[in-house]
Amino acid sequence: MKHIDEYRDGGLARAIAATITREAVARRHYHFMEFCGGHTHAISRYGIEDLLPANVRMVHGPGCPVCVLPVGRIDDAIALAMRPDVTLCTYADLMRVPASAGRSLLRAKAAGADIRMIYSTLDAIHIAETEPHREVVFFAIGFETTTPPTALAIKLARQKHLTNFSVFCNHVLTPPAIRAVLDAPDNAAIRIDGVIGPAHVSTITGTAPYQSLAADFAKPIVVAGFEPLDVMQAILMLVRQINEARHDVENQYARLVTARGNMIAQLAMAEMFERRASFAWRGLGELPHSALRLRAAYADLDAERRFAITPTATADNPACECGDVLRGLTRPVDCKLFGTSCSPESPMGSCMVSPEGACAAHWTYGRFRDRARAHAGRLPA
Amino acid sequence: MCLAIPIRVEALLPDAMARVTLGGVSKCVSIALLEDVQVGDYLLIHVGYALARLDPDEAAQTLAMMRESAQA
Amino acid sequence: MRLARRHGRRLDLRHGRIDLSHGAGGRASAQLVDEIFRAAFDNPMLDRGDDQAAFDVPAGQMVISTDGYVISPLFFPGGDIGSLAVHGTINDVAMAGARPLHLAASYIIEEGFFLADLQRIAHSMARAAREAGVAIVTGDTKVVERGKGDGVFITTTGVGLVPPGLGLSADRAQPGDVVILSGSIGDHGVAVMSKRHNLGFETDLLSDSAALHGLVAEMVRVAAGALRVMRDPTRGGLAASLNEIAQQSRTGCLIDEDRIPIRAEVAAACELLGLDPLYVANEGKLIAIAAPEAADALVAAMRAHPLGRDAVAIGEITADDQCFVQMMTSFGGGRIVDWLAGEQLPRIC
Repeated sequence: MKHIDEYRDGGLARAIAATITREAVARRHYHFMEFCGGHTHAISRYGIEDLLPANVRMVHGPGCPVCVLPVGRIDDAIALAMRPDVTLCTYADLMRVPASAGRSLLRAKAAGADIRMIYSTLDAIHIAETEPHREVVFFAIGFETTTPPTALAIKLARQKHLTNFSVFCNHVLTPPAIRAVLDAPDNAAIRIDGVIGPAHVSTITGTAPYQSLAADFAKPIVVAGFEPLDVMQAILMLVRQINEARHDVENQYARLVTARGNMIAQLAMAEMFERRASFAWRGLGELPHSALRLRAAYADLDAERRFAITPTATADNPACECGDVLRGLTRPVDCKLFGTSCSPESPMGSCMVSPEGACAAHWTYGRFRDRARAHAGRLPA
Repeated sequence: MCLAIPIRVEALLPDAMARVTLGGVSKCVSIALLEDVQVGDYLLIHVGYALARLDPDEAAQTLAMMRESAQA
Repeated sequence: MRLARRHGRRLDLRHGRIDLSHGAGGRASAQLVDEIFRAAFDNPMLDRGDDQAAFDVPAGQMVISTDGYVISPLFFPGGDIGSLAVHGTINDVAMAGARPLHLAASYIIEEGFFLADLQRIAHSMARAAREAGVAIVTGDTKVVERGKGDGVFITTTGVGLVPPGLGLSADRAQPGDVVILSGSIGDHGVAVMSKRHNLGFETDLLSDSAALHGLVAEMVRVAAGALRVMRDPTRGGLAASLNEIAQQSRTGCLIDEDRIPIRAEVAAACELLGLDPLYVANEGKLIAIAAPEAADALVAAMRAHPLGRDAVAIGEITADDQCFVQMMTSFGGGRIVDWLAGEQLPRIC
């Protein structure tokens, strides 16, 4: 597969790893956060950590929209889906996320709710068109990569004069989340030296929004592609920046990311959405101007207004450490619930249920390494 | 969730759609977020939409940089 | 074929549909069985028209296996629910190293199902059974009201005879044993997905659905004493089968990604859908765990058979009290191939 396979070359990977090992200063520790869930998944799936020297470690960030979605919003979606007139359309990723009181979209479906898994917002529009007697609600989540498709669906619904379509909007923004993560207290257990910036969010936003972050926190940000060689190259670029005491925004993914990004997508987002004053992120807490809602001009397509959804704030399970894991303050393996009551079969929090969540990625691909680094009594049998 | 890969445009279709092909598998996607898409372009596809067009010159440069890093 | 019973007007196989009378056990039921199933399966045991099939029991150990088929869509590139139901149960019997002897088939059909589709399925089953040299000797049909069953569900049961001296079992894998795969993975799952409208892509890939007992017979002939386990990786794919074997044998497993055959279209489709081919269903492939000294001869024998042309040793069984299935990725790093939590693709078998 052209433009894919070249970036999975194991021989080149080992050679770049050797360069990283050579250039990483021996007595120094480098902790880099990959923000995006797609990067977490790539690092785990390709076993990239096996190729890195011991003093270069990756910290998994919160860039997984399923992981940062507050439980209350899933409760709201389930409540919507339980209405007999509603057909809830959702991306498959959300089906198994635990909501409160043992509920989930999957269980709601088993209990009779009309929930349809879709691949694209175009599918939701199609359902609304072909089933005019149903109230079709699209459960929209995602960062800036996934927001333009929702914007276009709203536009299309308007063009087709659909009166039975609405969007339950939970789109969130990347720069505020990176800011929240870099804003860790000085006594945090893990200090982040640099960030691997998101790949496909950046195709939409461009690299420009990261400039102020790199400057304010004096940390380098390298935007990287999702293929394993992209990640290795970006790690090398970060090591070099640290060694040279630089904190620039660099673009490793220039074949698809530009400084300005996708203007058509940005205009569509600006036309349909506005920033909420504040939004509760799971694990990161309330962040200002960090999430989107439909503009007043599209109020009729806004599920929150149409169904008078009053936000339900639901606290996380007190033992669940997803919040700290999302910020990179705790490793999955250090959470008391990891591997005991919390596993992909019975996830307690969303870090475990989404395949891109730090805990699920570690469990699914990497927990065999815990044996070598065993801490007595803290690891699954 | 951010799942997206670059796929070659095989044909342009009406209503801002295109047929893209990867390894013998074809799919119809929306190109409403891009301008001047041509047959032969490689597009980044995510949840049924093309988000960006791949720049082959930049790709060649990226690979060259990787080979340099390998020999550094 | 001699029909013992005579019915009035023949079934309208072109436009007719299943109705509740076809499941009531009366004349309409008998006609359905005669004109669709007995006409297609055409064998003396079935023709006796009894509720059961009698056969002599050969000396030795026998195996029995049963499976339900709920695949959606019913017709897919490379097969349909009928051929799948025949191949799948023959394969379960064959995974014990056994020679399949007889099949039974039961149908739960939804009111309104087209007789033409039912006949098409029956013909497909007949062809699959004939090619495999195994007959469908007894069966049952039931009809449920419209809306209570998705077209048709089929259950097949098979019996087979185990060759003497063979004792395959999932708990017999030992560290040092070789893991052999008979061919490319993911073909069936991707072929089925290509038909599901809401996933919207086309490919000319075919399901690999096939009866494996001929291949198994060759393997038993060449390496009987050295074979420990055989398993066909259906739902949950290669990953599920390797994990099952590791758990039951209390061992680990280490495989090499580069050695696992996968067709370009399957790899591409999995990329597009974010699926890991290790977890995608196969219906014409098997995994064999064998003592290392027999591995080369076994692979050679498999490659000489049409269903084993791409057979390859992909790894080995290891000592591991946590029973991890580990994989060396083509990229060079390691990962585990874990049990999948939940169903990646519903209604795939």
